Amino acid sequence: MIQLPCPWCGPRNVSEFRYAGEVTPRPQPATATPEQWRRYLYVRRNPRGWTEENWYHSAGCRQFFKLRRDTDSNAVEEPR
Amino acid sequence: MTQQRTQPAVGSIGRMRLAPQQGEVIDRARTLPFTWNGSSFTAHPGDTIVSALAAAGERVFSRSFKYHRPRGLLTASFHDPGCMMQVGDEPNVRGAHRLVESGMDVSSQNTWPSLRFDVKGINRLAGRFLPAGFYYKTFIKPERLWPTYEKVLQRFVHAGEISPDTPHSYYDKRYAHPDVLVTGGGPAGMTAALAAARAGASVLLVDEEHQLGGHLRWADPAAAAELVARVSGQDGIEVLTNSVVLGRYDENWIAVVQRDLPDIPERLIKARARSLVVAPGLIERPYVFAGNDTPGVMLSTAVRRLINLHAVKPGERAVVLTANPSGDAAIEDLQRAGVRIAHIADACAGADVARVHGRRGVRAVELADGRKIEADLFVTATGWTAPTALLNMAGDVPVYSAKAARFLPGGATAENVFAAGGIAGDGTLDELLAHADAVGAEAARRAATHRHRQLAATPTSEPPSAGSPREEPVEIPELPVHEHPELFRGSTHGMVDFSEDVSSKDLHVAVREGYDSAELAKRYTTATMGPLQGKLETINAIATVAEATGRTVAETGTTTWRPMYAPVTLGALAGRIFEPVRYSPMQPWHESHGATPLVAGQWIRPDDYGDPAAEVRAVRDGVGIIDVTPIGKLDLRGPDIPKLLNLLYVNKWSKLGIGRVRYGVMCADDGVVMDDGVTGRLGEEHYLMSTTSSGAAAVWEWVENWLQTEHPDWQVHVTPVTTAYASINVAGPRSRELVGRLVEGVDLAPDEFGYMQVRTGRIAGVDDCVLWRIGFTGELSYELHVPTAYGLHVWETLMEHGADLGVTPFGVEAQRILRLEKGHLIVGQDTDGLTKGYSAGLDWAIKLDKDDFVGKPELAWQAETGGGSRLVGLQPVDGQVVPPEASQILTAGGGIAGRVTSSRMSPTLGRSICLGQLDAALAEPGTELTVHLPDGNDIRARVTEHLAHVDPEGKRQEITGPVPAARPCATPVARSPIAAGGRSGEAAPAAGTVTIADRSPLTKIGIRAPHDGTMAADLGARFGRTTRDPSGNLVIGSGPGEWLVLGAPDARLLSVLRERAERSGEFATVVDLTHGRALIRLSGQRCAELLAKVCGIDFAGEFTPNGAAFRSSVAKLVTDIVRDDKAGVPSYLLHCERSSGQYLFDALLDAGAEFDIEIDGSPSREEI
Repeated sequence: MIQLPCPWCGPRNVSEFRYAGEVTPRPQPATATPEQWRRYLYVRRNPRGWTEENWYHSAGCRQFFKLRRDTDSNAVEEPR
Repeated sequence: MTQQRTQPAVGSIGRMRLAPQQGEVIDRARTLPFTWNGSSFTAHPGDTIVSALAAAGERVFSRSFKYHRPRGLLTASFHDPGCMMQVGDEPNVRGAHRLVESGMDVSSQNTWPSLRFDVKGINRLAGRFLPAGFYYKTFIKPERLWPTYEKVLQRFVHAGEISPDTPHSYYDKRYAHPDVLVTGGGPAGMTAALAAARAGASVLLVDEEHQLGGHLRWADPAAAAELVARVSGQDGIEVLTNSVVLGRYDENWIAVVQRDLPDIPERLIKARARSLVVAPGLIERPYVFAGNDTPGVMLSTAVRRLINLHAVKPGERAVVLTANPSGDAAIEDLQRAGVRIAHIADACAGADVARVHGRRGVRAVELADGRKIEADLFVTATGWTAPTALLNMAGDVPVYSAKAARFLPGGATAENVFAAGGIAGDGTLDELLAHADAVGAEAARRAATHRHRQLAATPTSEPPSAGSPREEPVEIPELPVHEHPELFRGSTHGMVDFSEDVSSKDLHVAVREGYDSAELAKRYTTATMGPLQGKLETINAIATVAEATGRTVAETGTTTWRPMYAPVTLGALAGRIFEPVRYSPMQPWHESHGATPLVAGQWIRPDDYGDPAAEVRAVRDGVGIIDVTPIGKLDLRGPDIPKLLNLLYVNKWSKLGIGRVRYGVMCADDGVVMDDGVTGRLGEEHYLMSTTSSGAAAVWEWVENWLQTEHPDWQVHVTPVTTAYASINVAGPRSRELVGRLVEGVDLAPDEFGYMQVRTGRIAGVDDCVLWRIGFTGELSYELHVPTAYGLHVWETLMEHGADLGVTPFGVEAQRILRLEKGHLIVGQDTDGLTKGYSAGLDWAIKLDKDDFVGKPELAWQAETGGGSRLVGLQPVDGQVVPPEASQILTAGGGIAGRVTSSRMSPTLGRSICLGQLDAALAEPGTELTVHLPDGNDIRARVTEHLAHVDPEGKRQEITGPVPAARPCATPVARSPIAAGGRSGEAAPAAGTVTIADRSPLTKIGIRAPHDGTMAADLGARFGRTTRDPSGNLVIGSGPGEWLVLGAPDARLLSVLRERAERSGEFATVVDLTHGRALIRLSGQRCAELLAKVCGIDFAGEFTPNGAAFRSSVAKLVTDIVRDDKAGVPSYLLHCERSSGQYLFDALLDAGAEFDIEIDGSPSREEI
């Protein structure tokens, strides 16, 4: 089991966190085309390699945070 | 079991027992009786089952897997393939490892009628009919016979018997956080552990055997004893013997199983090691030749173990084939033990063996040069296997060294994984120890660096005191690699995999048939796939495949070692079972009044009290009360709440007045309905939001997500208060009459307190209650939210004062019927993961003229296209048929047009009623449709005009009537969520023990404010730490910008803190959580050990010193933990949401049994 560096709590087992998906900006609802909107809803890059993710420390500080993680090696960038 | 007679029971001195040996591990002063296949034997404490039997002269311990050949001792270790036995009701016991206990009932496995005369030994003669891949080739056709094949084959399975009567055993689990975990307690492992501990590391030293010492125990007992003494004299080393590392996972997450503990069969340790030192030593490799599995053929290490550890003479007359110093040393041991050495074959000089003669035991050894030498013991010393499993799991790919005739580490492990000892290279003992010493020191140094980084990132720790750890690495010397002849197979074929009965001939056959890679041949023949998982046979299997394919061993490569390294019971993997449950404060009443329990998520709720239809009628005709405590409740505070509500709900919230309640529906951004509930405005900047019971946690997270990630600028604080209030819905035409008798400070007159309004007041003498007038059941009803400790009091008062009104408790089932009669949907029941807002009958609620709300674009498109299904009311034409939920609704052409989502027999209407999802085109009221039932029958049903089957106009909300005067009622009694039992009123238990105490009555005030502002400075505790204020209250930095203040029960604390929050001039809010949290204090020297069984946090002082505060998972329950020592004795406060308090208390009691935990019921329960 990997550990994630919670920016508030320090390193914790990943089982304490909930994965909240790749960082995907929400388009302006007023101007977004159906295509843009559905891209936001359903399409993810899902790369092998570095990606930016949202995580929620559900069994800890209950903060959402962004994390850069290499999906291949599970290496993570320490939070700033 | 078998009734075989062996020789008469022998005395404590078996005929093969030697005079005392220097390194022996047996206690000759005592003897233990046990039975083997029904006959009596004795052993000394320290004897394994097999050493005791061998001392008595027994040589055959099992029959082999396929051919049922007699098998004896080969390795005399855990991994001895011929020594699997049944002990009592426990199958597959490793007989050469398990120590004898008094009265053990041991028998051989899978032999019939007896070990000596095994009928299935006929397989041996049929060997040519049981070739490689026999099962794959033979039992294929016809398919209809597969069940028969299975039955026959099962009889031939090589395993013991399990008994359905085996009592449940208690398996244990704990977490560990060593700086350095050393696996292997031989000279290298012990030296590495010593070096690491001297460098200040905490070390966990794990060894599979019953003693530390490794091969030194027989090679140099004095040196072994000296090292063991140094280990036991060194602080910081925890030694686990008879324990084995099962696997290494990401970031040194390491599974260790500890065996044969007092009262516990096995314990799984989940260790997070900062460094891992792999020092398992080498496993001696058998030699392949005809008859190499005959009892009496032994490895040199087996002979040395028997003689030196157990003082057992392995035979009378020996031939030794030796290629290395281990074989030479075995010769010396044999001579000292009085075994006659009939011949020494020097493999380095080209000597070889052709075969051994004898069936039930070695009679003679035939050498390659044709000489035949009589002997009862043939000892081989032909090389080693490096058990590189853990290095593989850490990413290393071992490389074959032809020079050493074994695999060596490839040097590509993760940076905090090291190899030491024989697995890493050769050399003199001094060279190996110098290497291990450096490895231990470097492992400790990297662990210290890692620990330093972790401490700096952990808010609970004090700032690291000493400077940063040493930077320059410890230089690790290179180990030499000695030459060793490549000896795998002699001139004849023999067993490669002893536990699977795979011979070198089978592997040749496999290669001839095209399975010419190691991985393919392995799977085809099952070589290396038996109980030993390659530890003895991997190299010989690869070498045989290499030989058959004409490649080198290096070219053939090795198979991959995967977890588990050693067998582990399912009980150990399952470990302690943690399943959090939640109870409302009225649960004891429900239980004593015959409620049928309903498990709804973690909640245990009353489904009914015997007759749900009668409960429905009681509500429609008079008044009923239901416990709806699980309804999610979020306390919202701040000026920007209307913005938040407008964003998350599909309807409008800007103009909700104080005292008003509105129903709201939340959709996700894909327009799909995710939750619904009512939200009421209690004050200018104070709202109470309710959610569905099952959606409470998800909605809280959802709200936090939008606030934290999209609108961090909005000033809204959200606090879950689901279990801070016990919730009771009082429903029915006479509900006003009942509630009126108990309420003070709220005018219930219909024009004062109308439908969809909220009030706060006093109920049954309890202050700070919230009353909603809402109507999920379709009746006049009041939902009472009372501070939870008083929930049972209010419930009982309602029952008492409503007796003359016929007040009836009703359960979830009656509520479901009532709401279906009223046509109220349940999210998740009448909607699914694809149901968008307009498909849920919410057209009236969705306001597309709002600027934005979650899900708006999708709902706008749905409104435009009219797509998706519609929620409709349905009534079967035959009102006596209730179509089961999920019955399909068909089009005229027989296609699927929808489904029944809810259906019940309506006690009010006396007919069946439904809700359904239906194609929009067919959703016109009056349309008659076919409903296809799961039993295959079709019925007709009609779409109704309204979703509501009863009172579609809502007249029942308009019932008027006099409001009675409030009556005096019993004084409120506050109750704890925990039924602790224990020694109430007595003095606190003696120091030294672990005690647990319920501290739930303490006042608990939650505060939210900027984490770095003036309120934070005023409170004086940063996130992760606690402080005491001048009045002795404990101020806990429980989250970023979140505090909890604990004090003695005193209503003033809340107002004092509110004043301070106001004075701060910041956006700071204060919420009373006294009723919302269960609080437990755990005290005693061994608290941290107890918590290590239920929580994965490192409770070592540096990470969680006194004053640490953090949240984590305890027994799978999100729990706040605060270290708050008392008079120097470690003490922890644990608090969780209130309804799980009993669960947490019980889980801690259970984990504390090992530490003789005592319940402290002393009166200090109201002191912090």
